[in-house]
Amino acid sequence: MFILAEMKNVTRIPPELFHLKLNDAIAGELNKKLANKVVLNVGLCIALHDIVSLQESYIFPGDGASHTRVTFRYIVFRPFIEEIIVGKIRSCSQEGVHATLGFFDDILIPPSALQHPSRFDETEQAWVWEYDTGDGNKHDLFMDAGETIRFRVTAETFNDTCPAGPTLKENQDNPENKVSYSLLGSINEPGLGLLSWWDS
Amino acid sequence: MEIVNSNCASLSNYEVLEHLQKVKDCRPKHKGQLATITYETLRYLENTPCKDQTEESIKECIKELAPFKLHKTELLIMINSPPVTPLEIQFIVEESEERLTEDQVQEILSIISKHFPHVQKTPQNEDEQSE
Repeated sequence: MFILAEMKNVTRIPPELFHLKLNDAIAGELNKKLANKVVLNVGLCIALHDIVSLQESYIFPGDGASHTRVTFRYIVFRPFIEEIIVGKIRSCSQEGVHATLGFFDDILIPPSALQHPSRFDETEQAWVWEYDTGDGNKHDLFMDAGETIRFRVTAETFNDTCPAGPTLKENQDNPENKVSYSLLGSINEPGLGLLSWWDS
Repeated sequence: MEIVNSNCASLSNYEVLEHLQKVKDCRPKHKGQLATITYETLRYLENTPCKDQTEESIKECIKELAPFKLHKTELLIMINSPPVTPLEIQFIVEESEERLTEDQVQEILSIISKHFPHVQKTPQNEDEQSE
C-alpha cells in the first residue's frame, strides 16, 4: 500500500530559517512542498522518510536564501495492482460504490466489478447484492455508506491537473473536477466485499 | 523536482505507522498539510491489525512463511491484513489451489495466528460495534 520514492530537489531555505539545523530546515520545506499532494505517476505523498544526501548550498545574487540540492526518500501511498485493501464505503451512486481510506477518497468500484447479480436501489441510494440462497430465494445484501469493505485494486489513473492555458480552458468543461490520482477496485470474488458478509 | 526512483521499496503498514507516530510526536508540532495527512493516515492505520504488530513478530512470521514460496506482494498483504480463514488465503494467494495443499493453508493460518494473536479478535469487535 505504501512505497518509498526517491526524489531530487533543489530546496530554497529562506533566511528566517537559518537558525535551524540545515537538515531540519530542508525536511520542513520538503514536507511543506509535498505532504498530502499527488506527484504524477508516483502517488499520494504522505511524509518525508529520510534525506539520502545533501550537496553544497549556494546563494545567488539578489536572493538572501540558500539553495541546496538534496536527494531524499518520501513515503508515498500507491497500492500495487491486485493488492487487497480494507476501506469504508463513502457513498453509492449509479457509477458504482465509492470507497475511502480516510486519507484517500478517490476509489471507485464500478457496477461491473460488484458481486453478480447486483442492482442499484434508488430509494435507499445503495447497491444491493442479490445473493442467491440456493433454494430459489434471493437475499438482499445492502452496501450502505460507512460499512467496512474489502476490495482488490484493479487499475490506477493519473491525471495531469496543471492549470490549463486560456485557450485550453474554453474547450474543457470542468478542469477543476479532474482528479489527479484515482483507483478502480473490484469485489466480485468470494471473500471480498463487506466484511460482515463473510463472518459466519 | 526530479524523480530518481518512483518505487525503491515497499513499506508495510507497520513501518508507516511507526514512522508517522514519530512525525506526530515531534516538537514543535507540524502544521498544515503534513499535520492533516499524518492525522488521517494514522487514524486509518490504527484501525488495522498493524497497530499490535512488532518488528520481531513480523520478522519471525516472514521467516516461518518462507518455505511456502509466496510472492513478495502476497507476503506483504498477509502482513498488512493477516488472514484468519482459508477463504482469505484463497484471494490473497494467486492460484492458491494449485500452489498450496489444504494442510499448507492450515499451517499458514496457524503460523499467522501464532505471531499475530490479536487478529482473531478484530473482526468480532467490529461486529459488536456495527450491531
